Amino acid sequence: MKFAVIVFPGSNCDVDMYHAIKDALGEEVEYVWHSTDNLDQYDGILLPGGFSYGDYLRSGAIARFSNVMAEVVKAAQAGKPVLGVCNGFQILLEAGLLPGAMRRNDGLKFICRNVGLKVKNNQSMFTTGYELGETITIPVAHGEGNYYCDNETLAELKRDNRILFTYDGENPNGSLEQIAGITNEQGNVLGMMPHPERAVDSLLGSKDGLKIFQSIVKNWRESHVITA
Amino acid sequence: MYKVKVYITLRESVLDPQGAAVQQSLHSLTYNEVSDVRVGKYIELTIEDTDRDLDQLVKEMCEKLLANTVIESYRYDVEEVITQ
Repeated sequence: MKFAVIVFPGSNCDVDMYHAIKDALGEEVEYVWHSTDNLDQYDGILLPGGFSYGDYLRSGAIARFSNVMAEVVKAAQAGKPVLGVCNGFQILLEAGLLPGAMRRNDGLKFICRNVGLKVKNNQSMFTTGYELGETITIPVAHGEGNYYCDNETLAELKRDNRILFTYDGENPNGSLEQIAGITNEQGNVLGMMPHPERAVDSLLGSKDGLKIFQSIVKNWRESHVITA
Repeated sequence: MYKVKVYITLRESVLDPQGAAVQQSLHSLTYNEVSDVRVGKYIELTIEDTDRDLDQLVKEMCEKLLANTVIESYRYDVEEVITQ
């Protein structure tokens, strides 16, 4: 499986994401600059964290209009897995690929630490490697991770099981219903604030994030049977 | 030429954590009369004379980029600038 890590000016978790795919997961991966206008050769699209365009105006607001985003939309519509982490999540929200918006953390502080996450749905292509209700440890690092959507959207997210991860225990940022990660209606676009790419090696604290990438690959393999 | 002043704040229904912190700080400075603070953004646009509908243009810019209408509301004033 071949992944693209989209790089915007100001991305800073692109190297972690690349490392997670190449070294921990052992799949093909390439950096793709935001001006690219073709993603056809990639099977999975990864939008890394960071501060694209300096977070000017709003997090993700300017990156959302870069060239590559039309291709990300196309990939999403084609059913390819699209994962946005942290700033990548914010970009997916701004682009309308996921519903809702991010507010400042309710404590106004930038938080950078490990958090516990509850797996709320393990039927998604991103989470089949987990047990339902399992608690995993993955770090967060953000100043604007306070997820918000209107009541109607929240009801839809719940009804369709599109909330994959919630913060376990204390709510670190004020996020609505402790939401940490959601998918689109088709289930192939996931946005999450915690950084699974920083949790792929127990020597560095946790490898609980690796299963997200492993789940993507496993499910992709099952639906793209390769005959030799 | 026009000068357009755009004001963006969080919607009434959305809690503003920055505003709440500023309000608390004003209270600690004894300005207890302050009952609400909303922190927002102010954007100035200078727009050349155009055949296109100015109101329509500014609304589009606000909805597409300048404001995120999921959580923010906007308003704007238009001033005509007379150039010599």
